[in-house]
Amino acid sequence: MNKWLTPATKMGLSIAVATGLYGISFGALSIAAGLNLWQTLALSALMFTGGSQFAFIGVISGGGAASAAFSAASLLGIRNAVYGMQIKQSLRPRAAQVPGMAQITIDESTAVSLGQAEIGEKRRGFFTAGIGVYLLWNLFTLVGALLGEKMGDPAAWGLDGAAVAAFIGLLWPRLKSMQPILIALAAAIVTALAVPVVAPGLPILLTAICAAVYAVLSARQKPAATQHGDLDRVDGE
Amino acid sequence: MSELSWWVLASCLTAYAIKLCGYFVPRKVLDSPMMSHVASTLTVALLASLVTVNAFTSGQELKIDARIGALAAAIIALIFKAPYLVVVLAGALAAVLLRATGLAA
Repeated sequence: MNKWLTPATKMGLSIAVATGLYGISFGALSIAAGLNLWQTLALSALMFTGGSQFAFIGVISGGGAASAAFSAASLLGIRNAVYGMQIKQSLRPRAAQVPGMAQITIDESTAVSLGQAEIGEKRRGFFTAGIGVYLLWNLFTLVGALLGEKMGDPAAWGLDGAAVAAFIGLLWPRLKSMQPILIALAAAIVTALAVPVVAPGLPILLTAICAAVYAVLSARQKPAATQHGDLDRVDGE
Repeated sequence: MSELSWWVLASCLTAYAIKLCGYFVPRKVLDSPMMSHVASTLTVALLASLVTVNAFTSGQELKIDARIGALAAAIIALIFKAPYLVVVLAGALAAVLLRATGLAA
C-alpha cells in the first residue's frame, strides 16, 4: 500500500471531495446574489470558511447591507478560533507554520485531525483535509461562478448526505463509553435548540461554550474523571 | 473598487484574524490538565454539533429530510465497521435513493 494513503489521509481526501464540490453551489449562488467574479473568488480564496461565505452572500442576496453581511460572516467565523486552539494544542505547530495553518483551520480539517489518535495521523489528517478542501473549494467556486445556476443543487447528488456521514464517521470512534455518548447527545440537543433562535453558525459556538463550561465544572468536582477512561486518551499524550 | 469589494476584503481579513486568534493562546494555558480535559470534552461536543447542524438544519430551521436517512445509513455502515470512505458513500447514496424514490425531500 502507498505509504501516503494512511487512514487519516484517506479521510482527509474523502471529506475534501465531498466538501470541495459544494464550492460549485457557493460560486453559483454568489453570482446570483449579485457579487462579481472577483468578489466571489476572493471570498473562497481569502475568507475560506464556508459557513461565513454562505452567510455573506445570503445577506447580500436578501437585500441586506454589506456591513450586515460583514457582521454575519464574522460572527460565524468565531468557531474557527476555538478550532485553532484545539489544533495548536494537539499538533504543536512551529511559529513559522502558524500563518499557513490558520488559513486552513476550518470545520473539516479540524474534525479530521481530532478524529485521529496519534500525532502523525492528526497532522496528516489536518493538512490533507485543509489543503484538499482549499484547492477543490476554490476550483469549484470558479466552476460554479462560471456555470451559474445551471448546475443546480448539490443536494441532488447526495453531497449533503455525504457531509452528514463524514461527520458522524469522525464522531463514532469516540463514543465508546457512557460519558462521551452523553456529552454527544447533550451537544446535539443544545445545538438543535439553538438553531431556530440564533444566527446560522452560532449554535456550534454556543454548544462549544456549554461543553467547555461543563468540562471545567466536572473536572473541579471529580478530578478522577480525567485520570482514566476514553476521554483522556484521545489527546494522545 | 466598489464599496461591496471593500466589505468583501474587510470580511476576509477579519475571518483570517479570527482564525489566527486561536493560535495565539499561550501553550502553557493549553497544556494544563484542565485544558486537556476541556479539549477532549469539546472535541466530542463539536463533532456532535456538526453532525446535528449538517443532518437536521437548513438555515435557521430544523428539518427532517433525506439527510436523516443518510445519517442512519452511515451509522449502519459504522456498526458493521465499514471503512470511512464507504461510510461517506453510504450517506450520499442513501440521500440520493430516498430523493429518487420520493420517500424524502
